[in-house]
Amino acid sequence: MNINWFRYSSTQAFYPVAGNMIPWCAVAALALIGAGLYLGFFVAPTDFQQKEAYRIIFVHVPAAWMSMFLYVVMALWAGIGLGLNARPSFMMAQAIAPTGAMFTFLALLTGALWGKPTWGTWWVWDARLTSELILLFLYIGVMLLRTSIDDLRRADRASAIFALVGVVNVPIIYFSVRWWNTLHQGASVSATAAPKMAATMLLAMLLMTLGFWAYSFVVVLTRMRCVILERERISSITKTVSGELSMEVS
Amino acid sequence: MQWNSLSEFLAMGGHGFYVWPSFGVTALCMIWEMLALRRRHAAACAALIQPSVHTGVMP
Repeated sequence: MNINWFRYSSTQAFYPVAGNMIPWCAVAALALIGAGLYLGFFVAPTDFQQKEAYRIIFVHVPAAWMSMFLYVVMALWAGIGLGLNARPSFMMAQAIAPTGAMFTFLALLTGALWGKPTWGTWWVWDARLTSELILLFLYIGVMLLRTSIDDLRRADRASAIFALVGVVNVPIIYFSVRWWNTLHQGASVSATAAPKMAATMLLAMLLMTLGFWAYSFVVVLTRMRCVILERERISSITKTVSGELSMEVS
Repeated sequence: MQWNSLSEFLAMGGHGFYVWPSFGVTALCMIWEMLALRRRHAAACAALIQPSVHTGVMP
């Protein structure tokens, strides 16, 4: 018997495990985001410079962090998929892309809504904003490339290579405020310096980030389950069709 | 707590027009994504159980 156990064990075992994890992640997301919103709106003090407009930080920074983080994770799965020729890795990359694109869109939108009252403009073509916009185009490119190729294996490989090439943009976004003179403020939190904000503000932001992280687990795992089922259906149709063809030939 | 009334909270020091859409659109996007995925999952399950209904590939 020639059975591909590796393939069988990976997606077939993953499907129910993911199903069990989703409710827990959802509860964690709800609790973390709830606590973050409470701290952000009722405990964190008013900013002396930006007044109440600064509270957009509690949704803007977590969305922006997730947009970059998810891109790196997507590129990692794409790289593993290319290196090991592993189908489930490509499927993970496929499951992450739409959520990453959504967070990139939200980071840009909340950034515009924050920019108007603090800078007096919705948009400027500065390094941080432009490189984040390019990130959105990269996500859209990865997804469009996949849907534009009919052959699943070629679609997997092409979008994985595209995702890997685009990963150079992530450090550009991250360091843009240091490398160039931008209108965007510098990093609020960094590994090398003390945070430039009140402790409750920082805590609210971190709780929101963890909440968005748990939320990402919920939607990415759910989408992964959808992709598994959809591909299972495609392969079962292919088997049926090829079975019929072989019967006709013989 | 720096709010004395609900209207003061909603006004956000005059920046409510920028603060609330930020949180509102984010919440809408997240809820929409979850609902869309639930529908997609249900459709994928249905198609697996009865492939002939949706595809037209099978006889």
